[in-house]
Amino acid sequence: MRPFNYSKAGDPATAVNLVSANPGAKFLGGGTNLVDLMKEDVMHPSELVDITRLKHADIEKTATGVAIGATATNALTANHELIRKNYPLLSMAILAGASVQIRNMATNGGNLNQRTRCTYFYDVNMPCNKREPGSGCGALKGINRNHAIFGWSEKCVAVYPSDMAVALAALDAVVHVEGKNNAKRTIEFADFHRLPGDTPEKDNNLKQGELITSIELPTNDFAERSYYLKIRERSSYAFALVSVAAALSLEGNQIKQVRIALGGVAHKPWRASVAEKWLTGKEATEANFRAAAEAELKNARPLEHNKFKVAMAKKAITRALQGAMQGGVYGLEG
Amino acid sequence: MEDQPKFPDLTDEERKVLEDLMPDELPEIITSGLKRRHFLKLITFTGTGLLAAQFLGIEQLMARTTTGAPPPPIALENGVNVALKINGRAQNLLVDSRMTLLDALRERLALTGSKKGCDHGQCGACTVLIDGRRVLSCLTLAATCEDRVVTTIEGLAEGDTLHPMQAAFIKHDGFQCGYCTPGQICSAVALMSEAKNGEASYVTRNVRQAGKPVKLSDEEIRERMSGNICRCGAYPNIVDAIREVHGDKAVAQVWQFADGTI
Repeated sequence: MRPFNYSKAGDPATAVNLVSANPGAKFLGGGTNLVDLMKEDVMHPSELVDITRLKHADIEKTATGVAIGATATNALTANHELIRKNYPLLSMAILAGASVQIRNMATNGGNLNQRTRCTYFYDVNMPCNKREPGSGCGALKGINRNHAIFGWSEKCVAVYPSDMAVALAALDAVVHVEGKNNAKRTIEFADFHRLPGDTPEKDNNLKQGELITSIELPTNDFAERSYYLKIRERSSYAFALVSVAAALSLEGNQIKQVRIALGGVAHKPWRASVAEKWLTGKEATEANFRAAAEAELKNARPLEHNKFKVAMAKKAITRALQGAMQGGVYGLEG
Repeated sequence: MEDQPKFPDLTDEERKVLEDLMPDELPEIITSGLKRRHFLKLITFTGTGLLAAQFLGIEQLMARTTTGAPPPPIALENGVNVALKINGRAQNLLVDSRMTLLDALRERLALTGSKKGCDHGQCGACTVLIDGRRVLSCLTLAATCEDRVVTTIEGLAEGDTLHPMQAAFIKHDGFQCGYCTPGQICSAVALMSEAKNGEASYVTRNVRQAGKPVKLSDEEIRERMSGNICRCGAYPNIVDAIREVHGDKAVAQVWQFADGTI
């Protein structure tokens, strides 16, 4: 690991000022991804500002929903009563990711800032526009089994690895950030992460030094019917090939509102808005779920080695919606 | 023989520390190098309250007679002073900002129970408890541990009495090579309190039912222990050991001594 200066920030303004002033500086949360990337020499910040002692770890009710603190751990968040009862989709998604040890370390803000696990990004001997802009994309014509089927560009076909973010996309979360001179702003979750386009080195729309302070979850009526389904190559502790966050509310058997977001298929959590539109107002039947999934996946552009993801995503969407209909009880769906 | 100073290589201070520890076996140690049983004795002594200063003396002595750990640094570029508690004992360390907690435990404090498996957060062999929660010490920078309370595998037993989870791993043969075992046991110890607190997992039937202690099925144990990889494949026995400590009296021991005793 390359040398770096370490400091602990006592308050958000100090943290923001330090990282804003140095383009080589990074915030350090749980470090579960950043420290690993530093060991691999994929990232080599000259300065780390430890923000884990900031008072941003609360999970509390707001006028319009629940706010989860950026430095609260993933484990604490998934197990918090407010989240388990009102946003079970978020609990399920967080618990689908990583291991208990990692969830005990990882922070909510850090989860949104984690980097892709594309092997070309991780291997410093390979070309990667995300790691080294202009060097090319090794995965585009390489081993791209785990890569994107939606929204990729010639510059980058990586997928976003977070499970938590897939649920946050489905829940229309709002990210609260603080910048220099106490400049606070909010970012709609759909606008937080980016598609690769010509600048895959930018994962999200945060500016250097901008600090996530909390993530707000708007009130919804999905608690009774939501489900997170994750398909992976071993049954636990692996990244998703395809994952689906599904949530429904009904009037009779008619779908009043539906949210579907996919993980493992794009450079950001992929809102299946075609399927959502198709299903709204229709009956909540398996046949309709399947038809909606078909409609969504019509737009998929698979790569050489990941054509299986198209069929997998269709079935996963159907199963996740069924799981939501069955009350989000693990293991019943499909 | 009697006239010669016993070990001219050593300073008076170092000789005294060694003689205090085990006067009878001193010649053998110095001439034949440090052997395992002596090492175990040293560890026993240090574990029962040898002063830290004496321990450092021994560490330096070992560095001269064997190829042990280097003495602690005096000054470092990007050095960070960390005061924390490890296995009940206060420690003050000056660490390079890059040093992980795992390396600090192993290389600086001679707590080599925590193992370096992958060093990338993928195997769980380095699992320790920080403030009672299980974490990966290979991805934790030591510099971030100010004021933290760390428990490693060395801190679980009470003197000669094993922690119930350690005893259960032995009883159920929960390991083969043993390399992943310290991490498995630390992880399993934390799992017990997580279940008691009613924490959920991905395979919990209904996450909306919060608040009650969780009765762990085998599927639950496997999911919650998935961060600890065992290449020997001792998983069924690890699950048995955890089930027993979790309160399942019906778990059968899978082995016995050749004479039929257990």
